[in-house]
Amino acid sequence: MNAYGRQLFTALRFLLCTTVVLGLLYPALVFGLGQLIAPAQANGSIVSVDGKAAGSSLLAQPVTGEEFFYPRPSAVAWDAGSSSASNLGPNQPALMEAIETNRAEVAAREKVTPGTIPLDALTASGSGLDPQISVAYAQLQRPRVARATGLGESTVSELIRANTNNALLGFLGQPSVNTTTLNAALLQARTNP
Amino acid sequence: MDYFGAGGTGAAGVPARGPHPAREVVNAAMELNAFALATQIAVLIVALGALHQPLGKYLAATFSSHKHLAVERGLYRLSGVDPQADQHWKVYLRSLLAFSVVSIVVLFLFQLLQGVLPFNQGLGSVDPWVAMNTAVSFVTNTNWQTYAPETTLGFGVQMLGLAVQNFLSAAVGLAVVVALIRGLVRAQTSNLGNFWVDLTRGALRVLLPISIIGALVLIITGVVQNWGGTDIHTLVTGAQQTVPGGPVASQEVIKLLGTNGGGYFNANSAHPFENPNALSNLFEVFLILLIPFSLPAMYGRMVGDKRQGYTLLSVMAAFWIISTALMGWALAAFAGTGTSLGEGLEQRFGANGTALFATATTLTSTGAVNAAHDSLPPLAGGLAMVNMMLGEIAPGGVGSGLYGLLVLSVVAVFIGGLMVGRTPEMLGKKVGAAQMKLVAIYILVTPTLVLLGTAITVSIPALAAAAPAEGPHGFSEVLYAFTSAANNNGSAFGGITSSGPALATMLALAMFFGRFLPIALVLALAGSFAKQRKIPNTAGTLATHGPLFAVLLGAVVLILTALTYFPALALGPAAEGLLK
Repeated sequence: MNAYGRQLFTALRFLLCTTVVLGLLYPALVFGLGQLIAPAQANGSIVSVDGKAAGSSLLAQPVTGEEFFYPRPSAVAWDAGSSSASNLGPNQPALMEAIETNRAEVAAREKVTPGTIPLDALTASGSGLDPQISVAYAQLQRPRVARATGLGESTVSELIRANTNNALLGFLGQPSVNTTTLNAALLQARTNP
Repeated sequence: MDYFGAGGTGAAGVPARGPHPAREVVNAAMELNAFALATQIAVLIVALGALHQPLGKYLAATFSSHKHLAVERGLYRLSGVDPQADQHWKVYLRSLLAFSVVSIVVLFLFQLLQGVLPFNQGLGSVDPWVAMNTAVSFVTNTNWQTYAPETTLGFGVQMLGLAVQNFLSAAVGLAVVVALIRGLVRAQTSNLGNFWVDLTRGALRVLLPISIIGALVLIITGVVQNWGGTDIHTLVTGAQQTVPGGPVASQEVIKLLGTNGGGYFNANSAHPFENPNALSNLFEVFLILLIPFSLPAMYGRMVGDKRQGYTLLSVMAAFWIISTALMGWALAAFAGTGTSLGEGLEQRFGANGTALFATATTLTSTGAVNAAHDSLPPLAGGLAMVNMMLGEIAPGGVGSGLYGLLVLSVVAVFIGGLMVGRTPEMLGKKVGAAQMKLVAIYILVTPTLVLLGTAITVSIPALAAAAPAEGPHGFSEVLYAFTSAANNNGSAFGGITSSGPALATMLALAMFFGRFLPIALVLALAGSFAKQRKIPNTAGTLATHGPLFAVLLGAVVLILTALTYFPALALGPAAEGLLK
């Protein structure tokens, strides 16, 4: 074998050995430590309803009924198997059309004037799976949800507050409402008033 | 600034104004909070400021040590490496290229054979063009992703293929910068050390321990690490959803720490399972910046003059802080005038979390994204491009950032030498015609790949159709793609479709030559420095430390970028920013 052939053979053996360490042992160690230290998070921060796993609190869930809070629009229809953004450019007519369509839809659903709808209700998130909405969008949906669920507006307000993540330490993120945990809490409140 | 006002009081937003209601921001939900952005920058400065010297010291000791760990000796024996061999720069380069070519071939075959290999989650053979592009992409530390991971790759390829290259391609970058520094330090030799030893130490002693700690932090914030991903849940809302899973945290941490950027999921760090909240977001930006900002400290120690390191660090830091502030401004200033800030952004990070991430990822060779860059306001998207066009030196990729800045330092030394009329010297090594030839070619490589690739693509209608957006935005998508590929960044204006044979091949070539031509030139430069004897400093020597040199170096960086890319930027993001 000449020098080049020997180099390539060395490279191949080196790659296989490091793959065992970095591709097998390392993720296995992280898996083990993760299950030990923070199993709930490592397994997907699952919410449960009546003791049954009902999706992840970190992921948006598709809503059809009147009795739930809607998450932000999604370019992938909240399909957790194919996360994606719309990737529409800021001045593309298609984006303006999508925003107008969303605006009309939300206005009809919430029975409000189109001009009062917050931006996050009109725009698709980066992942298509963002469960968080602005506090303003949650407030916009509150009357409808209160009506449809028969829970009083004050109860729903209380649940919104309980599922609002404020900016951590005042500078990380922005106040937002987790629709997935909020909807789970709504369901809980209806079954066990 | 005041999102608490709109959100906290429960105001439903202000009425839309203007001719086209969608063109107005009707709510402050995504408004930039300048205070929050400044505070996050301050937190990063404190954390990185506390760590860069200890880590730099550790890095210098690691690459200077003569001792081998037991596991390393076993690795050398099994691979047939002689760890005592001191390699001529050509042998160092040949080893590096052999390793990279073998890695590309193995990763390519791994994807082609996925259907018959274990841990494939039922996914079959990857399309050969996509597999080729992906193999080159991950071995060159680019992590351009022309595939949707969820529907293309099982746990096996992700964990045993991609994540392993995330470690090794970053370790290659470290090896190259260490070899360049040895070239400056050593005298009258052509040997630069041992590639295999440097590669091993970078991966096992530097990247691996930090990754284990970082992965645990990420898991605690909510990043998943499991062997599931197949359970169909009946959701709270009654719908059905398959909750994804996999060895995510172990790959996520090295994706950022190694400035790789390839997401486990298609949405990358915008996906809640990769980046669950604003805290994980800040930690991920910290991981991106940690090693690149610590390398100047390693450099200062290895050349025996800490001031050298501090000077380069100050240039890197100045560009990073200014660029982050500009990104925040570009997001905020144009949100209400022509674009809809919110599209492609995640509510939990807000505009400031996006500005922080988008800047760090494009000023390094990372290319991970926590928002859809394609939907950013035109000037913000343009700024992301400018960050990459600066050559990713502020602080740049793992290893590649510092060797890029050192090459530009040679240019600055040369220009400074011309101004004072003396033979330019860099740390006691003459910068003559031979060195300047290598440097000149280095500077031309990336712009040539970017501009040629963009020009060819937009000139051929069949290729240009890959970026269907009309007007300057379509041009921006192509320009961004080649800028990202040739600079080994990997982020994208996602509207472009690059999985077809022609574009997959052109981008793979841009990634390959954008990685290995500069590396070959850097190692040749290191060899030519190593051969020289050291010239003692005199009163007339231009100092490569201190504010004067920092300003000179910063000016060189800006002038080279501006002159090269301004026309292309004018046609793309600048034109788009002027459209209303």
